[in-house]
Amino acid sequence: MARIQLDIAHSYRANPRDDADYALLPMRQTFEDGGAYALLGPSGCGKTTMLNIISGLVAPSQGSIRFDQRDVTQLPPQQRNIAQVFQFPVVYDTMTVAQNLAFPLRNRGMDEARARARVGVIAEMLDLSAQLDQRAAGLSADQKQKISLGRGLVREDVGAVLFDEPLTVIDPHLKWQLRRKLKEIHRELRLTLIYVTHDQVEALTFADSVLVMARGRVIQSGSPSELFEQPAHRFVGHFIGSPGMNFIPVNRLKHGGSVSGSGSGSVSSFDDLIPPGAITLGIRPEYLGMGESKPGEPSEMNLLAAKVQRIQDLGSSWLVSAQVESGAEGGSDCLVRLRLARDAAVPALNQVVGLRVFGPHTRFYDAQERLIGRESEGALR
Amino acid sequence: MIKPVNQKAWWLVLPVVICVAFSAILPLMTVVNYSVQDIISPERRVFVGTEWFVSVLRDEELHSAMVRQLVYSFAVLAVEVPLGIALALAMPAAGWRASATLVLVALSLLIPWNVVGTIWQIFGRSDIGLLGAALQAIGLEYSYTGNPTHAWLTVLAMDVWHWTPLVALLCYAGLRAIPDAFYQAAQIDGASRLAVFRYIQLPKLRGVLMIAVLLRFMDSFMIYTEPFVLTGGGPGNATTFLSQYLTQKAVGQFDLGPAAAFSLIYFLIILLFCFVLYNWMQRVGTHSTGTAASDAGERGAV
Repeated sequence: MARIQLDIAHSYRANPRDDADYALLPMRQTFEDGGAYALLGPSGCGKTTMLNIISGLVAPSQGSIRFDQRDVTQLPPQQRNIAQVFQFPVVYDTMTVAQNLAFPLRNRGMDEARARARVGVIAEMLDLSAQLDQRAAGLSADQKQKISLGRGLVREDVGAVLFDEPLTVIDPHLKWQLRRKLKEIHRELRLTLIYVTHDQVEALTFADSVLVMARGRVIQSGSPSELFEQPAHRFVGHFIGSPGMNFIPVNRLKHGGSVSGSGSGSVSSFDDLIPPGAITLGIRPEYLGMGESKPGEPSEMNLLAAKVQRIQDLGSSWLVSAQVESGAEGGSDCLVRLRLARDAAVPALNQVVGLRVFGPHTRFYDAQERLIGRESEGALR
Repeated sequence: MIKPVNQKAWWLVLPVVICVAFSAILPLMTVVNYSVQDIISPERRVFVGTEWFVSVLRDEELHSAMVRQLVYSFAVLAVEVPLGIALALAMPAAGWRASATLVLVALSLLIPWNVVGTIWQIFGRSDIGLLGAALQAIGLEYSYTGNPTHAWLTVLAMDVWHWTPLVALLCYAGLRAIPDAFYQAAQIDGASRLAVFRYIQLPKLRGVLMIAVLLRFMDSFMIYTEPFVLTGGGPGNATTFLSQYLTQKAVGQFDLGPAAAFSLIYFLIILLFCFVLYNWMQRVGTHSTGTAASDAGERGAV
């Protein structure tokens, strides 16, 4: 069992000068004992580096790592109570499944009988009992990945298991099974699990807490619903969700031309709704609705006029792409997407619709692309 | 499943068949022709059946050449393969050092066979050669021209010097192809350096090692130029290998019939050995499974 505390920075260069030289910018992060965490971010954001620092494969250029109260910064991987599963399954080709699973125990000098008993328990847990005497090289990718995991779990001292995109090479239908197996093991053993992925569905379904990373920083950490409802940064809004959050420049809203409903007071009420310092409005496609209006004669106020460009049938819903009518000074294109329920009235192509951009789920972002009106807790410490 | 039958693709193979026929099969048939006939002149020839084969196979000289050849070829493998692996493991993996080492290691591969022979002929001389003089200086009566053992060892050393780099380069390529994750996993599993070699590197090198073993076996089994230049097959017959024997028969004594018969036998021997080596190495993996499985079975039973 382990609570992991990081207070680190890492650069692969000898003399890092600016932020771009760092793979991980100085950060503090705590992984609570028994938690299931996901590190989510695009390629090159530093998530694998963070994982390798935790496991000890990479030594951080600054700072320290603590497991519970123990400082493990200087310890090699084999002396830390962690296990790691890699993107491509690692099995020892010439060994059987049983020998593979027993390998870490033998290396640590455990006696045969105890090792065999332990292997039996873990094989049972991973549904590998039937394959114990088979050669590991001949198994399928998902079974090899289970062996990789098993080699970690088999050690009794293991407190945390790290996963580096472990499902990349697994068939889609087996991905679900394997992920369910992981959750099961998590429930059973109460290990700290840290899971690196660039697939948001994997991250959101696996973890209690997701850390979204970009360019060496943890941009936001929180539960899946927090990330969805309260993206602390435009990057998170864009990265989480499929498609990501819509962003509309605030100046589009302020200029009368883009507002349907020329009635008195509507323009000024737009201004009232926008907090000071806001540069961009963000709203998720799931929450962006259409007003029941024809252009020019609104039945509702505060609608943003947009022209329907494309309608995609997603099976369970419709995805409508619409172009926000350019403002008075003819700003750049601004495409928004909205997801409509299966049974909703779908607009026609090229029809001008009124978008209901203000609502409880509307967020605003400042010039630094950060969320306005949310305390800085959690996000960037 | 119903598959449509279409045999037209055979026509696409035809050019290859024609090329191979002209470059390999027809010349080989010439040899076959010589091996079953006694050809005195193009007009006067007698069919002799298997007579040449029988006489060659009964030749005492051939038997001893064959033994020398086998011992030599297996000695070459026994030295060059482990040495090549060790060299590959010691070579730096990246950076300018890697490039520099690669060039240095590959250098001997660029030297023509007869030049290698000449180099060693001078290298081994006890008066002006670095090796010969050095050995003399430390009190060894070294003479590759007078002592059969010395001659044999010198030919072996020459081959090791010339061709170990090939094995090393192949292994080096094989080692670089092993993903980092394997080493990282082994580190986390607490594997020793020896275990990493035994359970990761060696199994992953199996493919390239097979190529290395086959190439080195075939080449050393057909070795001709270097001993010809260095020792001329002597002293006595100490370094007369199969190729020397064959050349003596065909060119020296102009016994074309027996030489042709032996050429065919030679060809079949190499084919047979390669076949056996290939299958043995293919099976090494599965064989170790067999023992592993039975190990596990025994342990299970106990």
